[in-house]
Amino acid sequence: MTLTPSSATDVVAAVAEAVATRAPLVLRGLSSKAGIGRPDGNERPLFLAGLTGVTLYEPEELVLSARAGTPVAEIEALLDARGQELAFEPMSFAALHGTGQGTLGGAVMANQSGPRRIKMGAARDHVLGVEAVSGRGELFKAGGRVVKNVTGYDLAKGLCGSWGTLAVATELTVKVLPKAETAATLILSGLEPAAAVKALSAALGSPADVSGAAHLPAAAAARAGFPTAATLIRLEGFEPSVAARFERLAALLKPFAPADRLDGEASAALWRAIRDVAPLAEPADRAIWRVSVAPTAGPSVAAAVTASRPADVLFDWGGGLVWIATEAAGDGGAAAIRSAVAATGGGHATLIRGPAALRESVPVFQPQPAALAALGRRLKAEFDPLGILNPARMAGDA
Amino acid sequence: MSHPEMPPVDEAVIARRGEIAAALRRIVPNGVIDSAVALKPYESDGLTAYRTPPLLVVLPETVAQVSALLAWCHAHDVKVVPRGAGTSLSGGALPLADGVLLSMMKFNRVKEIDFDNRVAVVEPGVTNLGITRAVEHAGFYYAPDPSSQIACSIGGNVAENSGGVHCLKYGLTTNNVLGVQLVLMTGEVVRLGGKHLDSEGVDLLALIVGSEGLLGVVTEVTVRILRAPETARAVLVAFASSEAAGECVADIIAAGIIPGGMEMMDNPAINAAEDFVNVGYPRDAEALLIVELDGPDVEVDHLLARVEAIARARGAMECRVSTSDAERMAFWAGRKAAFPAVGRISPDYYCMDGTIPRRQLPLVLARMRELSKVHGLRVANVFHAGDGNLHPLILYDANVPGELDRAESFGADILRLCVEVGGVLTGEHGVGIEKRDLMPTMFSEVDLAHQIRVKCAFDEKHLLNPGKVFPELHRCAELGRMHVSGGRVPFPDIPRF
Repeated sequence: MTLTPSSATDVVAAVAEAVATRAPLVLRGLSSKAGIGRPDGNERPLFLAGLTGVTLYEPEELVLSARAGTPVAEIEALLDARGQELAFEPMSFAALHGTGQGTLGGAVMANQSGPRRIKMGAARDHVLGVEAVSGRGELFKAGGRVVKNVTGYDLAKGLCGSWGTLAVATELTVKVLPKAETAATLILSGLEPAAAVKALSAALGSPADVSGAAHLPAAAAARAGFPTAATLIRLEGFEPSVAARFERLAALLKPFAPADRLDGEASAALWRAIRDVAPLAEPADRAIWRVSVAPTAGPSVAAAVTASRPADVLFDWGGGLVWIATEAAGDGGAAAIRSAVAATGGGHATLIRGPAALRESVPVFQPQPAALAALGRRLKAEFDPLGILNPARMAGDA
Repeated sequence: MSHPEMPPVDEAVIARRGEIAAALRRIVPNGVIDSAVALKPYESDGLTAYRTPPLLVVLPETVAQVSALLAWCHAHDVKVVPRGAGTSLSGGALPLADGVLLSMMKFNRVKEIDFDNRVAVVEPGVTNLGITRAVEHAGFYYAPDPSSQIACSIGGNVAENSGGVHCLKYGLTTNNVLGVQLVLMTGEVVRLGGKHLDSEGVDLLALIVGSEGLLGVVTEVTVRILRAPETARAVLVAFASSEAAGECVADIIAAGIIPGGMEMMDNPAINAAEDFVNVGYPRDAEALLIVELDGPDVEVDHLLARVEAIARARGAMECRVSTSDAERMAFWAGRKAAFPAVGRISPDYYCMDGTIPRRQLPLVLARMRELSKVHGLRVANVFHAGDGNLHPLILYDANVPGELDRAESFGADILRLCVEVGGVLTGEHGVGIEKRDLMPTMFSEVDLAHQIRVKCAFDEKHLLNPGKVFPELHRCAELGRMHVSGGRVPFPDIPRF
């Protein structure tokens, strides 16, 4: 029995031993997201960073399989050499937590996706198959290696967002896609959030095929090097297509503001910064919330929160993803943010960065309505009846 | 036909039929059907080889009614089979003699169209095409487009995770549904997702989409709608071998091009289609590709030139680019009519639905030709070349004794072959009852046990659509036990059902 497994068999042994001794485990890859979730107790860590290696990569089939502990950076480098990428833009926690993109297993099980989510889908949309060890110490697989597959429940996607509370992923198969030949960013300056989101909605509802739609209010924009609030729209694809779409989009959005254009590495760096929420990272003692609501509701959520406490915000996903940085004191804004979300009729708020004391005292993940919470508990009981895997991480009220 | 074994009929439930009908009538006063004649249309879905008249049919109109009737059935241990438009090709809505068939077709309203947030909120009985019809005046559409889109319901699409010919670029149902309202077997109503993106915590929505009516009854669906591409043009490419066609597909993708649609037909399918629609398909080609590019005009022109160059470099016999929308539609006419076209050259056909890694196509086609000889039946193939989804159409005559059984056994061999080369049993039609007993060729007992554990979390009593998807239904209490020894948890062998 080892707590540093290098094979799925080792993981089975480790979990089985934990089951037999009723000694829970916390799952650790590269610890990029170790600061997210309710703080762990004194559970033993199961170190998965040794479970590495790309086991299959067929570029013309658009498919890659890798052991769960393989670093995302390694996979991205491999794909890049063949002009491909993980289209969901796995975020890096370098700015927020001083860590990185972590492992493939971590990226997928946390279902964290970058700006391209609006066009290409979330991490979960790119997962085709999984091999995992449940909290029963049993190795199982689900899904496959092909895009079109309805054979049985889609557990490969279903485990996404479980943050290691149902099973230890040991190997994942993901869809990979060609990297765009060209990318350009259209910039509208000086808009208020409500007008910005209207502009983003117009762009997203046009045939421009937008792959990034963000808005940085003045404070966040300043940190990204803009003199004033910046509304940003990314177009990607083949060069002639990007050029034509840019012209038409600029014309469509003329009533909002004149369009500027950013290309090449400057554009790429800007979208990485948005993906990683870099403009809100400092000061480092602020709590950072990730809020998902209907895109048009984004500005009103931000307004409600900033009316109740000092906060900086950044909008991605056309307004639907609101990153909020606010003082970590008291409840860190939990009540204000969650009541603002509730007022929009649906969505969720997750505390992505906060001191341990705050993560102990407020639910890190959005509390669920009773029937849904009960369903989640039943699923947990089926997969991990003894609460062996990451027992604290997604726990609700203490 | 060798009807798959179903859960044993509970005669006690059948004896209580009148009482059950009366109880359900109190919940849905004008929506219970119990006369033998009126039940007849419900005895099968799109997989017409299997038929069973349901105990009775109930057609609720409100979420409160769905909740109340499921709660009643849960309390009284009555099985329920949900049904949408009844177009399933895998028997997903095959009734049970001792089960209530729950038709959702009165839930047929488009509740909200929200162009600013690019979503539509619809009831489950709205047809797939109905969503596009409701938003196309503003230039939008709903992307997944199964062939049955004129008839199939979005609720059924959610249950089956339906695909279509544009999946590679635009995804399946699971990639285009943002939320559902769901009634559990207990009658509890839950909401997963909505107009916002992604779930908080475990992605239950991902489990619901494709769950074949075994986890809950969907009463509302929020789907993503997309702005329609400015233009679409197609190129028709003929090859002398399926290998060359397969290489052409691989080259297109290697060039970084993801076409809106990329379809392949083999020689028997080409000829059947040409006989039927007469659009000028080259009859001597071994493989015909239809590659459709969509997007802004300038992009489509740019990519068509690249695709044409790739095709010629792979030795295409013929390469025709559509010059008008009418011509593009003509290219598609044969492919879209492939099933009825095959229906004209054979009294009956059996449509299969495996998915394979694309590069295995030549091997799979060659093996299929051998199997065709072994089983003494012809086969024609249409193939979603972009995503590897293969639809072999096995030609047979149900009036010839033994041919149906041979067609079924040929079909099972094809699906085993798909799994053997790294593919899966079903790409878009679902497991249902049709492929249920083949599940062990793809999944181990432990794999299946983990799937059934999902079922247990949602429907512990196995009352919702039992007999579908899983070859054996272990009792949840049995599955729940932990017997740990050396890291393995043995499963007691429980007889089927």
